[in-house]
Amino acid sequence: MAVSKNEPVLSVRDLVVAFRERNVLDHLSMDVRPGEILGLVGGSGSGKSVLLRTILGLLPKRSGTIEVFGEDLDRVDDETKRKLQRRWGVLFQNGALYSSLTVMQNVQFPMREFLRLPEHLLDEIAATKLAMVGLSRRDANKLPSELSGGMTKRVAMARALALDPEVVFLDEPTSGLDPISAGDFDTLIRTLQQTLGLTVFMITHDLNSLHTVCDRISVLADGKIVADGPISTMLASEHPWVKSYFRGQRGQLLERSRQQTPA
Amino acid sequence: MDSDASPTALLTISTADATTMVASSSWTSQNAKTLDRTIGELLARTGGQTALTLDMHDIDSFDTFGAWQLARLTKELKTRGQALTIIGLEKRYDVLFDAVREASARADSIASKPRNEFFGLAAIGEAVTGWGKGFLLLLDMAGAVCAAAFRALLKPSSFRLTSAINQLDRVAWQAIPIILLITFLIGAIIAQQGFFHFRKFGADDYVVDMVGILVLREIGVLIVAIMVAGRSGSSYTAELGSMKMREEIDALRTMGFDPVDVLILPRIVALVIGLPLLTFLGSMSALYGSELVAWLYGGMSPEIYIARLKEAISLTHFKVGIIKAPFMAFVIGIVACTEGLKVGGSAESLGLRTTSSVVTAIFLVIVLDGLFAIFFASIGM
Repeated sequence: MAVSKNEPVLSVRDLVVAFRERNVLDHLSMDVRPGEILGLVGGSGSGKSVLLRTILGLLPKRSGTIEVFGEDLDRVDDETKRKLQRRWGVLFQNGALYSSLTVMQNVQFPMREFLRLPEHLLDEIAATKLAMVGLSRRDANKLPSELSGGMTKRVAMARALALDPEVVFLDEPTSGLDPISAGDFDTLIRTLQQTLGLTVFMITHDLNSLHTVCDRISVLADGKIVADGPISTMLASEHPWVKSYFRGQRGQLLERSRQQTPA
Repeated sequence: MDSDASPTALLTISTADATTMVASSSWTSQNAKTLDRTIGELLARTGGQTALTLDMHDIDSFDTFGAWQLARLTKELKTRGQALTIIGLEKRYDVLFDAVREASARADSIASKPRNEFFGLAAIGEAVTGWGKGFLLLLDMAGAVCAAAFRALLKPSSFRLTSAINQLDRVAWQAIPIILLITFLIGAIIAQQGFFHFRKFGADDYVVDMVGILVLREIGVLIVAIMVAGRSGSSYTAELGSMKMREEIDALRTMGFDPVDVLILPRIVALVIGLPLLTFLGSMSALYGSELVAWLYGGMSPEIYIARLKEAISLTHFKVGIIKAPFMAFVIGIVACTEGLKVGGSAESLGLRTTSSVVTAIFLVIVLDGLFAIFFASIGM
């Protein structure tokens, strides 16, 4: 069950995903190593979400291999695939909470289906998970339509963590949140990652998140990973998009404020 | 998945006086169910000892589920006045255990309450006031549509003709095949039943009277209205409902458009024009169906059928049927649009509203038909 320390949790090789004639992802390769927080950035429409959805098996690929926990997703049978899927959690961009279930039921859903736990235990554990993401039981009986954006993300996070996955995929976890909530959410991701020993793969646009939580950053442009490494590598990169992203006006402002108040 | 399949003991009591316990195997979600049972049994069995020790050094994995059970054990023993010392818990699991213990303590401090509390009488009361409110909303919508229609009459250029024509295409033109088929079959079935039973007392000729009057006055318009309520009413509700869910209707309002003008009036106008046309076509199709049955099953030649029909029916019968059609269309449209705008945030409410739209529309169409029957009887039509 446990993945050895050096072997990547997720390994993508020569991945090609195309819509009609256009290659959205063009022979892309990347690795996610256990215990790290990897941030994936890229311009709008560069194929970040396509990459995530292909890894999750929601989009078909044209060629290439995707290995999760050392298993090639194309070669495993359905049973093994289900087992693998239980070991990852996904936070969709808009939460994708089940609209007719309450917050509590949303978090309980995977546990109820996979673990067949008694009802009282489901209640208690779901309440604990909600408390871990900073929600109280007062919110537990609300419906998704009654939640604010930040709360939706927190509930989605609690649901992604319901089965104690080893890897979580986060699609723009802080988008649509005010800077303070976004900062809180970043801290939450960091804390959860440290306590639960998670591996995190996150798509983000938030320069702040990239600076504060990501151990490593990968930049997706032209269907490939064009830069890869910690924030210092990004700042040194000469790739035009990476340059304008990290050293553009907003990037510089942030960098300056960071230098004034070293963390 | 197979929590029961794991044969290894998760918790064993190692000393004779039951003060030292040893944990082993995986304290994870896989074993959550077994672990819950084991700890439950343990809590039921132990008692009396003031100090217990739990040795955790043997476990090979540990996650939130395990941490929660450990926290539960500690807490419940503590409330009984028994102290539990945990030894040998690996350092890397310490952080997780502390976080879970702290979170579960926070989760316990606020009691959850059920979302809906049902009392029999309250439910009846709510249903009654709900009907009342629903009826008022229907009237409200009818008023808004009339006002919008009046505005459109005063300023015809403001009417959304393109949208109305598009809707007309969908609710009338595209509905023609199914309406023709269904009314054809209904006409044929009524005629067959008529011949079968009337033949016994030699009243074959009166089948034509029955079919003609029944189809033109009642069945034609009723069947078509019910079909349209199911077909177009439901799609109106679903369309408007999903637009409401995605805040498209709010977007219209903020841009200064009245959703009644933009979305609802063209739809209702299309229904009010389309339903009489469909009723006419449906009635003809039903008469045609009964003619075929009369010929093939009843042995009545088409010429005789037509001649009998001419004697049996008058323009009045046709008028009585067709006059009802636009009113039924209006009711269907109003119900469908009102229900569509009632949709809340969840997928469930969309389904609920669509069902309610069709059921209410069909019910009101039949009630309306009854009222018309009384009205026409009293004016001698």
